[in-house]
Amino acid sequence: MNVKALILILLFPIASWAQGYAGLGGSAEGFKRPIPGHSFQFPKDHGPHPDYRIEWWYLTANLKGSDGRDYGIQWTLFRSALKPSETTGWQSPQLWMGHAAVTTPDDHYFAERLSRGGIGQAGVTAQPFEAWIDEWHMRGDDLDTLDLTASGTGFSYDLRLQAQGPLVFHGNAGYSVKSADGQASYYYSQPFYTVSGTLHLPDQTIEVTGRGWLDREWSSQPLAEDQSGWDWFSLSFDDGDKLMAFRLRGDRGDFTAATWIDPDGRTTPLPDGAVGFDPLETSPIAQRDVPTRWRVSLPDRGIDVVVSALTPKAWMETRFEYWEGPVTVTGSHTGRGYLEMTGY
Amino acid sequence: MLLSIDHVQKSYPGGRPVLNGVSLTLAQGQTLALTGESGSGKSTLLHLVAALDGFDSGEITLDGQPLSPLDDAGRAALRRNTLSLVFQQFNLIPSLTVAQNLSIHARLACQDDPGWTSHLAERLGLADLLERYPENLSGGQQQRVAIGRAMATRPRLLLADEPTGNLDETASAVVLELMLSLVADTGAALLLVTHSPEIASQLDARAHLSGGRIA
Amino acid sequence: MIRAAAQVLLSHWRAHPLQLVTLLTGIALATCLWSAVQAINAEARASYERANAQLAIGQFDELRVPGGFIPLPRYVALRRAGWQVAALLEGAIRVGGRPVRVLGVDMVTYPALPAIIQVEQAGTAPDPSAILTAPGRLLMSPDLAPLFRPADGFPPVLTSTELPPDLVLTDIGVAEQLLNRRGQISRLMVLPDQPRGVPPLAEIAPELQRVSPSAQLDTAQLTDSFHLNLSAFGLLSFAVGLFIVHGTVGLAFAQRRGMIRTLRALGLPMRHLIWIVLGELLLMALIGGLIGLVLGYFLAGALLPDVAATLRGLYGAPIDGQMSLRPAWAAAGLTMATGGTLLASGHALWRLAHMPILAGPGLQAWGGGKTSARITGALGLALLALGGIAYVTIGGLIAGFALLAGLLTGAALLLPLLLSGVLSILAKQVRGPIAQWVLADMRAQLPGLSLALMALLLALAANIGVGTMVSSFRLTFTGWLDQRLTSELYVTATDDAQGAEITEWLTPQVSAILPIRSTELSHESGPLFLYGIVDHDSYRQHWPLIAEGPDVWDHVHNRGAVLINEQLARRADLWPGDVLSIPPGHNLPIAGVYSDYGNPTGQAIVAMSLLDQIIPGLPTRRFGIRIAPGHATELAQTLREQFKLPSSAVVQQAAMKSQSLAIFDKTFVITSALNVLTLGVAGFAILTSLLTLWTQRLPQVAPVWALGLTRAQLARLELFRSVLLAVLTACLALPLGLILAWVLLAVINVQAFGWRLPMHLFPGDWLGLFLLTVLAAALAAALPAWRLLRLPPATLLRVFANER
Repeated sequence: MNVKALILILLFPIASWAQGYAGLGGSAEGFKRPIPGHSFQFPKDHGPHPDYRIEWWYLTANLKGSDGRDYGIQWTLFRSALKPSETTGWQSPQLWMGHAAVTTPDDHYFAERLSRGGIGQAGVTAQPFEAWIDEWHMRGDDLDTLDLTASGTGFSYDLRLQAQGPLVFHGNAGYSVKSADGQASYYYSQPFYTVSGTLHLPDQTIEVTGRGWLDREWSSQPLAEDQSGWDWFSLSFDDGDKLMAFRLRGDRGDFTAATWIDPDGRTTPLPDGAVGFDPLETSPIAQRDVPTRWRVSLPDRGIDVVVSALTPKAWMETRFEYWEGPVTVTGSHTGRGYLEMTGY
Repeated sequence: MLLSIDHVQKSYPGGRPVLNGVSLTLAQGQTLALTGESGSGKSTLLHLVAALDGFDSGEITLDGQPLSPLDDAGRAALRRNTLSLVFQQFNLIPSLTVAQNLSIHARLACQDDPGWTSHLAERLGLADLLERYPENLSGGQQQRVAIGRAMATRPRLLLADEPTGNLDETASAVVLELMLSLVADTGAALLLVTHSPEIASQLDARAHLSGGRIA
Repeated sequence: MIRAAAQVLLSHWRAHPLQLVTLLTGIALATCLWSAVQAINAEARASYERANAQLAIGQFDELRVPGGFIPLPRYVALRRAGWQVAALLEGAIRVGGRPVRVLGVDMVTYPALPAIIQVEQAGTAPDPSAILTAPGRLLMSPDLAPLFRPADGFPPVLTSTELPPDLVLTDIGVAEQLLNRRGQISRLMVLPDQPRGVPPLAEIAPELQRVSPSAQLDTAQLTDSFHLNLSAFGLLSFAVGLFIVHGTVGLAFAQRRGMIRTLRALGLPMRHLIWIVLGELLLMALIGGLIGLVLGYFLAGALLPDVAATLRGLYGAPIDGQMSLRPAWAAAGLTMATGGTLLASGHALWRLAHMPILAGPGLQAWGGGKTSARITGALGLALLALGGIAYVTIGGLIAGFALLAGLLTGAALLLPLLLSGVLSILAKQVRGPIAQWVLADMRAQLPGLSLALMALLLALAANIGVGTMVSSFRLTFTGWLDQRLTSELYVTATDDAQGAEITEWLTPQVSAILPIRSTELSHESGPLFLYGIVDHDSYRQHWPLIAEGPDVWDHVHNRGAVLINEQLARRADLWPGDVLSIPPGHNLPIAGVYSDYGNPTGQAIVAMSLLDQIIPGLPTRRFGIRIAPGHATELAQTLREQFKLPSSAVVQQAAMKSQSLAIFDKTFVITSALNVLTLGVAGFAILTSLLTLWTQRLPQVAPVWALGLTRAQLARLELFRSVLLAVLTACLALPLGLILAWVLLAVINVQAFGWRLPMHLFPGDWLGLFLLTVLAAALAAALPAWRLLRLPPATLLRVFANER
């Protein structure tokens, strides 16, 4: 393990629990905790919250290429604070990590970037909005119109995003509970982006269009100690409805939560147990078995769908490894979406 | 014939011929004394028979084997297996004990017979001296060890070069008697170089070298 | 048959145990000294590699600003353009009088650091937040840790045995405070995976130079000549050891002639005999070699710390004092032992193979007679000529050593002839019968002793030569330090702004402030450091010029001329009147050449104004300060307090001088150690020769005793004989040693280090060495003499009794 691996443990608290790394429980001290009834202030809350331990700007998009094939992209900026403050210079306690990926029906390209705050190599400003690490950025006057770029060995993309609907708030008006013990985060999304732009792959350049989904979340203690991983779904049905649903797997049982999003942006929070998650098929990836076909059901809304990975290869072989890739939805409803699975 | 020497000539570089057509024969079990003046070439002839040195012409045949075609290894094998040598200066190996000296020739020839060697030691009166080193022996004792070493291989032919030349009279007599009796017992032939007519008279026959020829 | 014959041949050693010990000692000594040197070299080279691997250095291209630093915003700009680079800030500080290299890396983006992994595996894993945020952590080897006391304001220390010595590894955020260089970056490492579509460097950061790993200054290359020097020493010791082997094997074969003849008469073929003897020699070589390896391992372990100190001081090479056992080293040592033994026994084997079975009685002298002395003499002359030819025709360091090898072996081979000549001249001068007998006897014994005397000659010459070189070097170095370090104080400021502040503050208090600006350039002969200086008497009066044109300082300050150091002058063959070309497109006339010891790289000095033209905007961070020496300490203290400078940033002249000399002295510790050992081996060679000759002495001594000399007289003569031969050899060794010193100073040093040193003579040292030689010879003869003194008359009588 090197310093960078340790940094990742801080960035991804779940990784530390999954890998049995102890001693981080107390480090949430001094950090603020999310409380119910928080009133969000924009654009300020699009920017970073250094007094919370972790935070992310997480964008995924399902795209269709001019060649008729399906593509998915991921652009993520994680922030992790060693201390609840910010200073200028190298010794800033704010650490940043970027993940970017392009998934095609038969391949997966990804890259990872690390930086610290305080020197300008990575960061987020709310007005005008910009989130960046190295040359990657997600930038616009506000969150409704964004330019998005990232590149890695062998790939890059350059996309424009236009929001077609309002922000949506998960849980109790943006207070999203993560366990029966009450661990929670602030969590809102912009799931209504239309996307267009260009993907550059090793031997081709593809014009793409499609739909994007941005998640904003920050917290200081997002998971309970027994929780070892999660399965997170963002599904956009062809009829305009959307569903965000996650399952946190724990020794003391799973905890689920979901948000039903109407085409106009009205949300309905769904309580623990409302959505059913059943792995149907696993694929061997990176010496482990990862579920790449799921049955997701929400009887209240007549949802009973099979969610299948565009390709099982969407494994993020970053220092903390996880699966993140585009999915297609069949069954009672059809559509597309993104699936994230950690802790396998 | 065990040994036949046929018109052998030998000269040293830059000198007159030492041997000038010597012919001689020796049968199995026969003892022959080779006498002559100092410098008559009797030691040289003995060395030729022992395959220690080469000759210019003629032939020496030992046990049916002509010597002239032999290389170093062949000559060494002949010395190891067919004949044995007793020198005037004993030539024992100073860093070996009497027992080791006694058996060394037999061991080199791969025909070590401990029973026979200890019999020889007994017979030569060396039984109490086996663990001593040569430097602690008298001349007569040393020569008895040399005779034992030579006889340990039961040679077909024993070559002795003035074996008593370094010994006083008493020791000489003992050594000569032991040597002759052992030769007789084993049926070996003996070619003995001496300048003493007395010693020569104790052997079966006598050949006298003079002017490079057998007189 | 082979078994029986082998038993006979080996029984000789049981009868002569001392000879066996001597032979094995000879092989062991030769192997020991050679292997020790090899182990040291291997250890040093492994250290360099390990250090580079631990710090992930020398694997990637680097970006640099020639002569300056990279500002932090430039790094961020490169990053934001997509360049995957890792920042690194490097510098030196002095802690507790010890120079320590500080390596600050951006722990977040730097490639995996094995050194850190080791720290993490050792017990408590460091908390990354502790490493990355204030006050941070310092990583260093355990022996350095006590210097960094938290009370002195240092951050907490983490230790790792994997870290190179005298190095502090830390996060760049800590390093910039420790080095007082906030916002500065020394170099950027270009990481292996660059993203798609990165703009070219020329567009976004044209001032940065990209340097490939092969062009980075490599410790291994820097220290090559040092290791070659050590190897040459090891080889010399090996050769001296082989003299013992040659002597003993020769004697053992001579003594076994009778035995061998008898064996052949008993029917042992020559071919078998040769194989058995070869097998015996191999066995001896292996046993002696193994003993030598063990001894060499410990010797190397004992010498390594000083060598390590030398290499760190001279080249900043990362080497610690730890030894490890390498199989390849052991194999090489045994090979050398075997090869050396066979080489030393070749002559004896050849004679054995050509020995007739029948030969006259008696023991021939084994060193050869008069003819043999003439032949070896001729061979010696030929080797002298060959060495000279090699030097003239090949050139380079190898040729320098060829010249040395030819000189030493040639002179050694000539020795018997020369000694014999001297003795025969002496014999004609003396009158007394005893003196005549002694001299005649000595000449007769000469062949048997000549090899030991050759070893003594070589050891003495090496001692004189190397001693003269080291002492000359030290004298020159001391004088040079006095000339070169003229300022009483040397100050290093954080940056240009602080430099200006310090200048302003100091101006009313001191007699002169001499700003120094420098930059690193590349020249066709290698890296070149260009310095700018102001016009001041300190330079005009003291700068150590070894070659100069007319009005050298006026040319430098008014006509754009340059001074270059001796290393550059010799490497590029540039002298006053020539032109130095430096990028971009400057051609500067060379006004003079100055000596610059202890620095492996090229250096040039120009007027400050010219430097500003060549590289505008260089910061002025270093100053020499002239002040009355009595006030230097006080001013240094005030400076540190006034500007919050770390103690390493203000250095006094006296401290600098004493530290430089300390490093110098450590440099030659191993040289003197090898010198003493070589002399010891030579003394042992004389002892063994005298002891082996002892067996042949009695027949020669007995008649003299019978003629009326007492045993006490004979014993005294025995001592006298040994001492006289040693003295004669020492007299011949003196000129040889001086020639050797000249070759070392004027040829080897120039090739290895790039400087030529004036030769100084040290007769006091010679006298000491001479006395040591006499003592060694007397000691070597003491045992035979004592034996002679205690010899029962009966033994002498037996000489006559044995004449049968």
